[in-house]
Amino acid sequence: MSLIKQTEKADVKQREVMNIVIVGHVDHGKSTVIGRLLADTDSLPKGKLDQVRENCRRNSKPFEYAFLLDALKDEQAQGITIDAARCFFKTKKRNYIILDAPGHIEFLKNMVTGAANAEAALLVIDAQEGIMENSTRHGYLLSMLGIKQVAVLVNKMDLVEYNQEVYEDIKKNYATFLEKVGIQATCFIPVSGFHGDNITRHSENMPWYGGDTVLDRLDLFHSAGLPVDMPFRMPVQGVYKFTQDGDYRRIVAGTVETGRIKAGDTVVFYPSGKKSKVKTIETFNAPEPDEAVPGMATGFTLEDQIYITRGEIATVSGEAPCRISRKIVTNVFWLGKHDLVKDKEYLIKIGTSKISATLIEVVKVMNASDLSNEAKDYVGRHEVAECIFDLKKDIAFDLNNENPVTGRFVIIDDYEIAGGGIIVDQVKDKYSRVRDYVVMRNLKWEKSIIGRDLRSVRYKQKPALVIITGDEASDKKELAREVEKLLFDNGEYVYFLGIGNVVYGVDADIRATQSDKSLKDPNRQEHIRRLGEVANVLLDAGMILVVTAVELTADEIDMIDTTVVPPHICVVWLGDKVTTDVKYDIKLAEGDYKKNASIIRKHLSERGVIFNPLL
Amino acid sequence: MINQLTHLDRLESKSVHIIREAYSNFKNLCMLWSIGKDSTVMLWLARKAFFGHVPFPLVHVDTAYKIPEMIEYRDRLAREYKLDMIYGQNEEALRDKKTFPDGDCSRIECCKRLKTEALKNTLAGTWKRYRMNKETGIYEVDSNTEPYTGVIVGVRADEEGSRSKERYFSPRDRNNDWDVGDQPPEFWNQYKTDFAPGTHVRIHPLLDWTEVDIWKYIQREGIPTVSLYYNQGDGKRYRSLGCYPCTSPIQSQASSVAEIIEELESGILSNIAERSGREQDKEDGGGLEDLRKDGYM
Ligand SMILES: Nc1nc2c(ncn2[C@@H]2O[C@H](COP(=O)(O)OP(=O)(O)O)[C@@H](O)[C@H]2O)c(=O)[nH]1
Repeated sequence: MSLIKQTEKADVKQREVMNIVIVGHVDHGKSTVIGRLLADTDSLPKGKLDQVRENCRRNSKPFEYAFLLDALKDEQAQGITIDAARCFFKTKKRNYIILDAPGHIEFLKNMVTGAANAEAALLVIDAQEGIMENSTRHGYLLSMLGIKQVAVLVNKMDLVEYNQEVYEDIKKNYATFLEKVGIQATCFIPVSGFHGDNITRHSENMPWYGGDTVLDRLDLFHSAGLPVDMPFRMPVQGVYKFTQDGDYRRIVAGTVETGRIKAGDTVVFYPSGKKSKVKTIETFNAPEPDEAVPGMATGFTLEDQIYITRGEIATVSGEAPCRISRKIVTNVFWLGKHDLVKDKEYLIKIGTSKISATLIEVVKVMNASDLSNEAKDYVGRHEVAECIFDLKKDIAFDLNNENPVTGRFVIIDDYEIAGGGIIVDQVKDKYSRVRDYVVMRNLKWEKSIIGRDLRSVRYKQKPALVIITGDEASDKKELAREVEKLLFDNGEYVYFLGIGNVVYGVDADIRATQSDKSLKDPNRQEHIRRLGEVANVLLDAGMILVVTAVELTADEIDMIDTTVVPPHICVVWLGDKVTTDVKYDIKLAEGDYKKNASIIRKHLSERGVIFNPLL
Repeated sequence: MINQLTHLDRLESKSVHIIREAYSNFKNLCMLWSIGKDSTVMLWLARKAFFGHVPFPLVHVDTAYKIPEMIEYRDRLAREYKLDMIYGQNEEALRDKKTFPDGDCSRIECCKRLKTEALKNTLAGTWKRYRMNKETGIYEVDSNTEPYTGVIVGVRADEEGSRSKERYFSPRDRNNDWDVGDQPPEFWNQYKTDFAPGTHVRIHPLLDWTEVDIWKYIQREGIPTVSLYYNQGDGKRYRSLGCYPCTSPIQSQASSVAEIIEELESGILSNIAERSGREQDKEDGGGLEDLRKDGYM
């Protein structure tokens, strides 16, 4: 007997599967509708229904479909096939998985988890009780979660004598509400879950209703077609290279969200704006696919060795580009234990990027029951609000109405996902102009055939930017020259660039007549931007660059980093007293420049910039 | 032009996405490999995710009562796939004969000692880990004792009750405790990848798969599996593999993957739990919830 069974690859028969979620106010009949669907589609274990009914009769309590689901859960606890968090049933057309969201207090968290995976939703409203707070809240959440196919079941019609007016009234009011939150119900169906009216059979009790039954309606839902016709978007999950195993492919990996991509397409990555051509679409244990489409976890190699990292969004040149900003206007739903407040640092995850963010404005908090607005400056648990966030770094995204998938994010508070949001607008921030230049520059960049990696190998160093700053009086240039000399003597390709070298030539058109160095120079931002641009050219040439400028602030360092690729490797503050909010890597006292220079050199070597052994 | 993805395509891509997220977010990451069909499919998905490579160690908890073929199969695939293979075990309990087969304790207690304890301590690095030397194929004591902060585990939601309350990324605190009631929400392909120092996260890429999905994928991909899963002519096969003193085969004529799929889809097994051959489950009425709260897989 052989140890390992080597199975031949073979095609497998598969049915279509659709995930649906069922939501609604507590006691409006979710369990009852699920129980009915399972019972009437013969999806229950044999004899189960009779057994539960019999049990109820013996204990003289009225039968409930919820008991049936509980009984299934008990069985499941003993390991028999049915999964309570997910009920399975099938029609001739396809298999269904109903994602039930258990729990009352925790319902919203579970509902969001379930609904986000669903392609369609059933929303249950009690005909007798009418529209309640959670009927509207859940409807609103479905719209934010991007669920387009919603069938509203007006349940317990038996309790209102199958009265058409009651149904029409709820239908009218709820449709108006849905319209306000931007979704259109696919349909309304009057049902009685308990008696089975219009669940799988047309009801004789409601001859006035000519529409579909719930089951027919489910089969009419579209299986989410692949969004292949939208612009290509793939958040980069990682760039993989497994050279130690003798594999020299450098693969940009991720899951395609929308659009399609094939070998030969030009890809542009945002927010960096870098571009290259797709060489191959990669896979494992399968022939190379012609293209990658939405939903596929894929990967591709590029023609050029451009440096990109996790968090960027891959797009296809010629299609709509991503937006880039540091300030976004959003609609947020909050599930956190603590309120969402201003002046606190949160993390925002969008696609595969993660950025610190602060809430800077609560525009309005929406009351879930009547959609009226409240003025508050925080967002409480289970509330929905329009908010503006300030982000620490550039992110690439789309507005939610342009592309739902790349237009949404989650918020992390204290290590937990505490809320979700969609981006409805962007606000111009102070870097918008600089960034637009950079993106355009990268797009138009005339690439050399000698890539960065090749230069690094030849020069035995990585390009790196060292920024020396300090107050006016400190002798930054002296230190810069010393660093330049030390590295040069050690065989590095190094260059000292003072802001003065830029001011009189490159900046001649904007040079202030009196004090060039003054922080109040109205053109200071532009001077620094141009310094960054010159630095970028030298970095691209493979240099280690030492730059000096007076009293740089954290914002100005940010702006330089927006301009140069790769970002600075170290910021040195020279002098005892730090007079700006800059975050430095090294602080040095004035005086012994030789010693100071060797500290900087040591830092570069630790950061992997210099490969030459230190002399 | 591709206009639809099949159910298996979608399951595969989601799992691959999750495994890649785990890889990007956890520095000390490992994957548990029980040698069974589920975790072997998961190993295969890791190779899919990284285009033939597996960039993190595979950890096997060796109870020393595994059916011997399983260990042979493990080491063979480890060499073939160039895996970074690690195992750990409860050496003390085995040495002092404190196990169920030695007559020292109940099955459940034995599971606790040989699996739960061994797993906890192997992951934490508090007990010896043995790592396969890729050159010689021989296991050596691993000098790395850093705890794993991310552990990829092949549980499926349809297996038992407690597992269906899981999330893809499920935090455990310092004591491996698991708060069933208070699971973080997961949506839009975003998972809990941030965690307080001292906690670790279990990652479950197979949560959406069913038993039949697993077999169909094995068929589609041609994944090698242990022959114990198949009827070898005696009308019996294992549906779930564990330690030999506590695992028994089921009656079945299925001797190929196709026949197993047919058997599962026919519904003849639908009233028999997948793990019915696993004796320890019967001692733990809570559907393994008690064991699992303690860190059992
Ligand atoms: N008369 C009547 N009662 C119903 C109907 N649907 C549900 N109920 C009852 O309403 C109560 C709540 O139903 P349940 O399904 O548990 O609600 P859930 O909380 O939304 O899951 C139970 O007592 C049900 O029997 C119906 O169509 N007609």
